[in-house]
Amino acid sequence: MQQVIVVGNGMVGYKFCEKFVAQAESKDFKITIFGEEPRPAYDRVHLSEFFENQDAKALEMAPAEWYAEHNVDLITGERVADINRSSKTITTAKDREFSYDYLVLATGSSPFVPPIKGVEKEGVFVYRTIEDLEDMLAYAAKINAEKSDGRAAILGGGLLGLEAGKAVLDMGLEPHVVEFASKLMPRQLDSRSSQVLQLKLESIGLNIHLSKATNQILGDGKITAMEFGEDDVLDVDMLIVSAGIRPRDELARACGLEVGVRGGVVVDNTMKTSDAHIYAIGEIALYNQMIYGLVAPGYDMADVAVQQIIGNTDKLMPADIDMSTKLKLIGVDVASFGEPFMPASKGHSIIFENKTQHLYKRINVSHDGKKLLGGILVGDAADYSMLHQVYLNGMAIPEDPAQLILPTSEGGALLGDVMDLPDEAQICSCESVTKGQICGVIESGEATDLGSVVSCTKAGTGCGGCKPMVADLTNATLKSLGIEVKDSVCEHFDYNRQDLYKIIEVKGYTTFNEVLDNYGNGGHGCELCKPLIASLMATIHADTANKEYAIQDSNDRFLANIQRNGTYSVVPRVPGGEITPDKLIALGQIAKKYDLYTKVTGGVRIDLFGATLNQLPLIWKELISHGFESGHAYGKSLRTVKTCVGSTWCRYGMDESVSFGIELENRYRGIRAPHKIKGGVSGCIRECAEARGKDFGLIAVEGGWNLYVGGNGGANPRHAELFAEQIDNATVIKYLDRYLMFYMRTAKPLQRTAAWQERLEGGLDYLKEVIIEDKLGIAEDLEKEMQTLVNRFECEWTQAVNDPEMMKRFNHFVNSEDEDDNLVFVPMRDQKMPEPWV
Amino acid sequence: METILDKYKATELTNVKVWFKAASVKDFPKDGGACIKYKDKQIAVFNFTRLNKWYACQNLCPHKMEMVLSRGMIGDDKGIPKVACPLHKKTFSLETGENLNSDLNAIAVYPVKVEEGYVYVGFDE
Repeated sequence: MQQVIVVGNGMVGYKFCEKFVAQAESKDFKITIFGEEPRPAYDRVHLSEFFENQDAKALEMAPAEWYAEHNVDLITGERVADINRSSKTITTAKDREFSYDYLVLATGSSPFVPPIKGVEKEGVFVYRTIEDLEDMLAYAAKINAEKSDGRAAILGGGLLGLEAGKAVLDMGLEPHVVEFASKLMPRQLDSRSSQVLQLKLESIGLNIHLSKATNQILGDGKITAMEFGEDDVLDVDMLIVSAGIRPRDELARACGLEVGVRGGVVVDNTMKTSDAHIYAIGEIALYNQMIYGLVAPGYDMADVAVQQIIGNTDKLMPADIDMSTKLKLIGVDVASFGEPFMPASKGHSIIFENKTQHLYKRINVSHDGKKLLGGILVGDAADYSMLHQVYLNGMAIPEDPAQLILPTSEGGALLGDVMDLPDEAQICSCESVTKGQICGVIESGEATDLGSVVSCTKAGTGCGGCKPMVADLTNATLKSLGIEVKDSVCEHFDYNRQDLYKIIEVKGYTTFNEVLDNYGNGGHGCELCKPLIASLMATIHADTANKEYAIQDSNDRFLANIQRNGTYSVVPRVPGGEITPDKLIALGQIAKKYDLYTKVTGGVRIDLFGATLNQLPLIWKELISHGFESGHAYGKSLRTVKTCVGSTWCRYGMDESVSFGIELENRYRGIRAPHKIKGGVSGCIRECAEARGKDFGLIAVEGGWNLYVGGNGGANPRHAELFAEQIDNATVIKYLDRYLMFYMRTAKPLQRTAAWQERLEGGLDYLKEVIIEDKLGIAEDLEKEMQTLVNRFECEWTQAVNDPEMMKRFNHFVNSEDEDDNLVFVPMRDQKMPEPWV
Repeated sequence: METILDKYKATELTNVKVWFKAASVKDFPKDGGACIKYKDKQIAVFNFTRLNKWYACQNLCPHKMEMVLSRGMIGDDKGIPKVACPLHKKTFSLETGENLNSDLNAIAVYPVKVEEGYVYVGFDE
């Protein structure tokens, strides 16, 4: 058994252990890792998160048990004090001796504290360890107790300094960043991007002082101010020094290993130091005469050292190390890749700058405009992954490279096909998964869809940023293999929604089991096909959700919207948003009686939250006795028809938008569709009802209504498109009956009208031919089907409360009258809300 | 500190000490579930009619620690009987309790028997 000793239990030291124990050969070795800090290795990159929750555990790379489980001896709180190279032993500060066959130095770095007069005063801190943060927090609490306008300065406007700036904000002190250079992040950003970042940070509340050399720190025993020039003094209560790092090479120096002039232990591309039994990795290693202060190269070094020690001597550190980096600084995206600053002799720069939006994008391209050499992104780094891939793989760029960074209305897709990436392109950098590996598992048949690609390769399981790319690669590879990416609804049916619609209609099936037994794949259904078939039964047979309640989706099953803690919200229908004072009072009294959190919804209705399962029928009995009916807020069905007050009151109104809105809402209430449907009716072109943001919208004009279709809000807002002009009420209803029914027949599951309309071959013109000109000869059928649904409407809550059998499902327990004992509510303004999730 | 999750430990048929008479068969929907109370535990019981089998598991979804699993839809994932949580559609095997669509810990499952029209759930305490 050979002994491996790792000195330093930081991120890189831990990564060495993780990579080592993953090797089969590791059983011939015993690893002991020393850390001088009291706790196991933690994620220093996200140190500022400690201020948000003060949860040191959450930052741990792995819990202490991990080391034991993997046969790694973890010794914390004990510093290695001495290395004796001739006897191959180390001695700790507690005077214990350990011998090694291989020694790995991963001691990292320590903050550099410039020799400024007064730097030893109380209230001056460095920013490196959790202990540092704890000391700062205690000191800040003292300041906050004494005064409400405490100030803290950060010496250094680099990456770490700005992170510390966030920490100061979180501590409730006024932050002042003091930088010696004339710009922020001088190592990563050019002047213009630095100015954009500065503007953004100032807008968040950071005070920034550039080109300031600190002469001395003032104060009697404890810091009270920083002095820059004679009359240039900044009053502060606390100072955090973040002026760079120095490798912790004192152990290496003492035992005579070769070190650099400015520190760092010299290593070759095997990570060996001048002693073949001693390796150095991470921020202490001086490689290519450089110290690499980023995590990714540190992890690569750990990998090289592991492979070298187990005898895999071909594994070498590459000569060029990619220093590209993307991070979020106080919520601001900052990224740089390749050569961020490039002299004009090497190529051209293309710069997009928008200070009003705090955006800056710069790319550097070769003189012939064919290669991307590097760039800087501030404010929006969404394109970083793709730009980085293009740079790393030397891929072709558009003829006009400016397209890479100019804002586009469509978004994306300019960089060409993901399949153009070379096989070695790293798609998931967290798990180091290449394009070749992703395509490989599909080509070998190991994976057949996105889910299995993720479980086979682990791609996308870290930060998740690469997921869209993994999905694109999966689909493209499947397609290239001639595998049809089917739109069948789930594993239980080989049919899509439209097929199943026809099957149920033609065969006259009325239950889920009939459809599954005759047209399924032999399985038992799932949470995808069950609600879909429930919806089809509703459209085809006008069934309410009470009929086969066990196949209904979460909300339909209990005719209410399930909320965060498993309680429900209740929304009665208020057609067109018109409500009498008596009804409003009734709503208020019922909400008060059951202690329900009350809020007006985005769709002009009133939502009552926090009803338990047992309370739902009681609440509805009362609502129904006051003339209310179900609002179907829980269903994929018509929600509201929003109206402005129209000519009933408004001096500009052209028509009675409220009356027509109520008529439409009552007509289409309760019908189930592929997705929810919203409507709007405005009394004039001022469009106060926002009708064009709805699935169907009407605007009163001279001579009738203009009808718009296919709009929505949500994640991808869409304006509805003009479908017909100056039509009367009857024609509106005729067209809407046909339009909605055609949508319900042909859309995909959970597809809103906007997406459906967009993907219809032939687009809006085709839709007009079908609906207005009746090109397919189905208009009469569509109208008839809709009229059947309208005629058969029944309020499902009235149905439920009048049937004791249906009422049985509204009990939390079937063997007890008790309610759920796991519910905890906390106050929220003058009402209540469920206890937040941890 | 004992968390709410610690109350629920998978119980093997061989370890059953108590067969708790929970409710009548008629109290459970076909191919669906309902919740029963046993001491301070909430147990979801499912009548998987299509398989002619009964299943029981903790009512607590380990994702967000809410008592909701009995209100979820059941079905199968490549032949494995499962329940989908009504909140975020996390799915769990009704046979083993294993989480099938992400990496949550398994839920506790309990044996069920039906005698003379009544449903009994097995516990080891």
